[in-house]
Amino acid sequence: MMLSKNLTQSLLRYTSNGAITKNASSRGFHTSKVLLAGGPSTPINYPSLEIPNAGETQKMNLFQAINNAMDISLRTDEKACVFGEDVGFGGVFRCSVDLRNKYGAKRVFNTPLCEQGIAGFAIGLAAQGATAIAEIQFADYIFPAFDQIVNEAAKYRYRSGGQFDCGSLTFRSPYGAVGHGGHYHSQSPESYFAQTPGLKVVMPATPIEAKGLLLASIRDKNPVVFFEPKLLYRSAVEDVPIGDYEIELGRARIVQEGSDLTLVGWGAQMKVLMQAAQMAKEKLGLSIELIDLRTILPWDVECVEKSVKKTGRLIISHEAPKTGGWAAEISSAIQERCFLHLESPIQRVCGYDTPFPLIFEKFYLPDHLKNFEAIKKSINY
Amino acid sequence: MNSSTYCKGTGHSSSKQDFLRGYASKSGDIQVKFNKFDTYLCDGPANQTTTNKDELMTFFTDMTKMRRIETVADQLYKKKLIRGFCHLYNGQEAVCTGMEAAITKEDHVITAYRDHTFMMARGATPKEILAELLMKSTGCSKGKGGSMHMFTRNFYGGNGIVGAQCPLGAGIAFTQKYNNTGNVCLTYYGDGAANQGQLFEAFNMAKLWDLPCIFICENNKFGMGTPQKRAAAGDDFYTRAHYIPGIKVDGMNVLAVKTAGKWAADWCRAGKGPLVMEMDTYRYVGHSMSDPGTSYRTREEVNNVRQIRDPIEYVRKLILDNKCATEDELTAIEDAARVEMDEAAEFAIASPFPEPGELYTNVYKELVPVRAVEMTDTLIVVVNQQGNKQQQQQIKDIILFGGMFIIFILLICLFGPLKNVQHHRSNITAAEQQQQQLR
Repeated sequence: MMLSKNLTQSLLRYTSNGAITKNASSRGFHTSKVLLAGGPSTPINYPSLEIPNAGETQKMNLFQAINNAMDISLRTDEKACVFGEDVGFGGVFRCSVDLRNKYGAKRVFNTPLCEQGIAGFAIGLAAQGATAIAEIQFADYIFPAFDQIVNEAAKYRYRSGGQFDCGSLTFRSPYGAVGHGGHYHSQSPESYFAQTPGLKVVMPATPIEAKGLLLASIRDKNPVVFFEPKLLYRSAVEDVPIGDYEIELGRARIVQEGSDLTLVGWGAQMKVLMQAAQMAKEKLGLSIELIDLRTILPWDVECVEKSVKKTGRLIISHEAPKTGGWAAEISSAIQERCFLHLESPIQRVCGYDTPFPLIFEKFYLPDHLKNFEAIKKSINY
Repeated sequence: MNSSTYCKGTGHSSSKQDFLRGYASKSGDIQVKFNKFDTYLCDGPANQTTTNKDELMTFFTDMTKMRRIETVADQLYKKKLIRGFCHLYNGQEAVCTGMEAAITKEDHVITAYRDHTFMMARGATPKEILAELLMKSTGCSKGKGGSMHMFTRNFYGGNGIVGAQCPLGAGIAFTQKYNNTGNVCLTYYGDGAANQGQLFEAFNMAKLWDLPCIFICENNKFGMGTPQKRAAAGDDFYTRAHYIPGIKVDGMNVLAVKTAGKWAADWCRAGKGPLVMEMDTYRYVGHSMSDPGTSYRTREEVNNVRQIRDPIEYVRKLILDNKCATEDELTAIEDAARVEMDEAAEFAIASPFPEPGELYTNVYKELVPVRAVEMTDTLIVVVNQQGNKQQQQQIKDIILFGGMFIIFILLICLFGPLKNVQHHRSNITAAEQQQQQLR
């Protein structure tokens, strides 16, 4: 078993002193120097999405693209405001940097540390027609606000028979692994929210898409939870159009066309899947179709269906634990629609059913090796 | 921002710290007077206390060790041996130390994520604290928790979400009342967490049922990077609970903290219900290691507090003025603390990381099949080994339980009706089923 070998190797790497810190340090997450300086960025080997009539572009990393989207929103929509913990001075990830200087403290402001309050406040604000862009500092902190988002925001329109809504509301929140975030700075809570009709859940994978999807989310007439892959804030860099553009919600992106197997993911996991797909091409000569779901709810079932009918094989991968993760929903829906087209069982390559670990993060994550092994298993079935 | 605001201390009329008006009596007692407490719905204790050489030396030693362990943690973090999040306590030592001196080890303590020094105060060793920081198996949480998740006897962590520990504190206090233990629960939170809704839910329950819970707001003036004034509509945290009496304490003065803490614990033990204590204190360092702590305040402000209100320097001055010890003796204590912490750091560095199988333990009480590990053969071996151990233990349990069951049946046949048998039979069946599942 090649994977066991690889795992054993990674295990050895992991348990021997020093190596773990070496790897983790290269990410530069949460070190003051990097935070202050704006951070070094390494280009990713991942195809940029082409935006038609994009016009002028500028090199941006993901947090700059997010910042740019909020800048455009504040500029073009006088009812827009941005708020959250420490957002006034730029936020812990610098996403709102300079916005307060540009648009004033009345529109870009700090809140106290009170997630439930932030969420409820945002709903009230949006119900009055304002464009509320609320930040929850980490997706792990969103749970105190869970009731407000799931019970109040998501059902506002339905329970008032369409008289009231908070559609102009967007929650932004950084999610996912960063190398050493531990239990409360690493989780991926998308499927908790994705089981809530009335909400939209969006997770971008690149700066260009982050900008377009965030602008679409802000302008969408439904409450949107927008999870940003914090691992990519600095490491993902692209030439992002500086103009105003949107990317339609609910539409997946076929990142790479292929004929042998369909690989579905979203957010930071896309880079991992691209790596696995490249590995499968080099080592096994396989042509992998790579799909970025981008919108988790409502998800683009037609796109995945079409792809699976072509390839006959499907693997879905996410960082969140396997049981009850969004991959389960995709797997179920696709077998309902594509049963007779399937050449092998649909596989899920996900986080383990454990709390997100501190010391065991590298074991826990569904890395490219685990995905590669799943590809092999699917093909050899 | 007016930096002198933070230098004055509670109710100071001048910016000079009137350190002590103490004198040593023949018995060795030292009378110390400090600033008056601000109180709410209560009278509070007198603003003076009696201390002695032993107590002062203990305070000095304990706080010196706390400062030192945080310094070592800072170094280890900068060497990238500590990963994840790390929040240091520098400047606030008097709160933790004074309150611990006011209670017994049978009382209970819960706090948020700035928890290293609380561990020491509760009796944990520097070795297990630093090992936990380095995610080593010798750490207090087996290396699985890290900086924010430390636990020891009667210390309930170590909680990562702002304000989430407050209702837990009320629950722990309820148990004390229910079981009539006479113990209290100290529930710590910061001025940032004071704006969380959960705290007010806890206040209400605690007062509704008159629980022996002391809510302690460590007001270090900043909720992460936001100054208290910009986050809180009112800056009197000791009056915040409306119907719960409160007291504001100079949190940089360990004797004031201890005096107020003793008074508060007595209040709770007397069955008078909860209290809120606001500790006027200051954090010298940033919110966490990623925050240099200088972008939202001036270095001058921090230095002023260090010079005028430092809790360790206050005790040092008391000791020297009352001739309890010489400068050299105090230096020796500092050197000993340095050696102890360096040794603890070496121990932590040399300790192994936890076994990979630990990823799956402590998720549930039982070792349950962990999904998504189907392909990880190496790890499954570890899990199986542990599973076997557990299985063997369970077999032992079953034999023991079965034996007891037979004796029980015999006793019942001899002495009484069979009314409880059905219930016990179902327990056996459940245990058997569990066995089968494990197979």
